[in-house]
Amino acid sequence: MTMTVPVAPHENRAGLRWTLTDAWTLTRRNLAHWSRNPAVLLTSLAFNVLIVLMFGFLFGGAMVVPGGGGYREFLMPGMFAMTMVFGISMTTTAVATDLERGVTDRFRSMPMAPAAALIGRAVADLLFAVVTLVTMMLLGLAIGWRATGSPGAALGAAGLILWLRFALVWVGIYLGLVLRGQEAVAGVQILEFPLGFLSGAFVAPATMPAWLGAVAEWNPLSSTVQATRELFGNPGWGGESWIAGHAPLMAVVWPLALVAVFLPLAVRQYRSLSD
Amino acid sequence: MGSEDLSIVVEGLRKRYGDKVALDGVDLRVPSGTACGLLGPNGAGKTTTVRALATLQRFDGGRAAVAGFDVATQADRVRYRIGLVGQRAAVDEVLGGHQNLVMFGRLYRLGARAARRRADELLARFGLADVGDKPVRTYSGGMRRRLDLAAGMILAPAVLFLDEPTVGLDPRGRDEVWAAVRDLVRQGTTVLLTTQYLDEADRLADRISVIDTGKVVADGTPAELKARIGADRIDVVVHDHQDLPAAVAALRVVAAGEPEVDRDNRRVSAPVTSRGGALADVVRALDAAGVSTEDVVLRRPTLDEVFLRLTGRESQEVPA
Ligand SMILES: Nc1ncnc2c1ncn2[C@@H]1O[C@H](COP(=O)(O)OP(=O)(O)OP(=O)(O)O)[C@@H](O)[C@H]1O
Ligand SMILES: [Mg+2]
Repeated sequence: MTMTVPVAPHENRAGLRWTLTDAWTLTRRNLAHWSRNPAVLLTSLAFNVLIVLMFGFLFGGAMVVPGGGGYREFLMPGMFAMTMVFGISMTTTAVATDLERGVTDRFRSMPMAPAAALIGRAVADLLFAVVTLVTMMLLGLAIGWRATGSPGAALGAAGLILWLRFALVWVGIYLGLVLRGQEAVAGVQILEFPLGFLSGAFVAPATMPAWLGAVAEWNPLSSTVQATRELFGNPGWGGESWIAGHAPLMAVVWPLALVAVFLPLAVRQYRSLSD
Repeated sequence: MGSEDLSIVVEGLRKRYGDKVALDGVDLRVPSGTACGLLGPNGAGKTTTVRALATLQRFDGGRAAVAGFDVATQADRVRYRIGLVGQRAAVDEVLGGHQNLVMFGRLYRLGARAARRRADELLARFGLADVGDKPVRTYSGGMRRRLDLAAGMILAPAVLFLDEPTVGLDPRGRDEVWAAVRDLVRQGTTVLLTTQYLDEADRLADRISVIDTGKVVADGTPAELKARIGADRIDVVVHDHQDLPAAVAALRVVAAGEPEVDRDNRRVSAPVTSRGGALADVVRALDAAGVSTEDVVLRRPTLDEVFLRLTGRESQEVPA
């Protein structure tokens, strides 16, 4: 059989343009995964819905919000941030699977921009975070949550939540590159819950033993939750500590610090695949 | 580096993992348009060699050029000219075969339409056109391998690396892969193929390099390798186990080395220095000793024996 073999038109992969083109190709690959395998997405969304219902209705009656106000209004901003945390294991699983299957090696043997594989992952996961956040907000509206601040403030809150997710994407990528094998990845999933419970997402740190409360207040998740509660105009837990008083600032700084640590670590780990 | 018509030139390639030496000075020269078999037992350094040549693995010493470009300093150039089929099928399991090939085509910088056209062509060529839209996880092992092979040759690479391409395949899948590789070589692609199967190297490769503990311990055409360990052999199969010692004695008359006894098959085998007359001498000696034989043959050594001689280990049989 004779065929016309295509010749690569651009034998020059340097440059931002090609990095973005390749990253977009890989983002589309990840989007195609969802349309091929919607069950994974639906399971993840259903899981989030279940937790909201569990905390909002099952445990909600026993929960007291220190500053007054309904528990479900207190809960929803916590859940928005919590779903971003649940995203870590999704990222980790995807990265570890590609590594294990040799797909990552194939990418690395190709003339594509090296950064594209990681950027493609990050963009796809952020897009999914947007879908998750919108779903959760609709669910919140359905069970009585309201954003009483200005639309601008609400948008700012959404921005802070996605900013947290962006930081956690790099944590997830790094863990996926370091931890080999699906068992290790399952471990990440188990650690997500304590991370959430040891924060102000579900209960006010003030109701915890003092030292646990302090840990919870310094949990990066808490700053995002606290700041978004203010922006949405939802009840918060107040708190007199410095960290509680600077939630909006820390909701920007914490993720920035995570990015500053984990993005270079992830890139270094990706490069060291060839050692 | 190297002369015009060499597609792979490797000189003194070294690599260690911690204090474990994986490559201890590998040398290879593969002429363009030929298939080279890298034959070696588990842990010999086959995968490490291929990964180094495919720009996936940094190495500690030596140099390597692929398709005319230095692997260490011109990796990007090399990457446009190679295809890699690793030890496992490295394709996206969730996507369909067609989606996979389009994605890889795009990453090779083909335009959208060119990538789709190439995907169609390759699926047809590898007999996957019918299942192009099905997710890869529903494919058989042979189909996955063929898709993997197709992904490795989207740009019709000058050099294709295949790392144990038929591991885990049934005979049919193996034949399909072999046919595809032969086709590629016929069309001018240079192939470096690692294998633990002598049979596979013998059938696909123009030349074989035998690698063991990180070094090439012998190379040549399959015929040259057989000739290298020299001698033709005489096999004697006796009717009765009791005659084995007598057969050994008879063989010693002409043998260039100590005869080997295979009790289960009642066979005695020994290398001989000269073809002429040896067979007749042995038959006479056996007659004189009154040994009743089932078979007496003069033959060239098999690659298994070559392998055993060169590495001190048995090679593996291709599973039937
Ligand atoms: N990442 C690694 N870390 C440490 N040692 C390694 C690593 N990769 C390979 N080795 C060691 O280097 C040596 C060569 O390994 P390599 O995988 O190249 O062998 P191989 O010939 O491909 O074997 P096989 O037939 O089992 O695939 C082995 O002893 C192996 O244990
Ligand atoms: Mg190997």
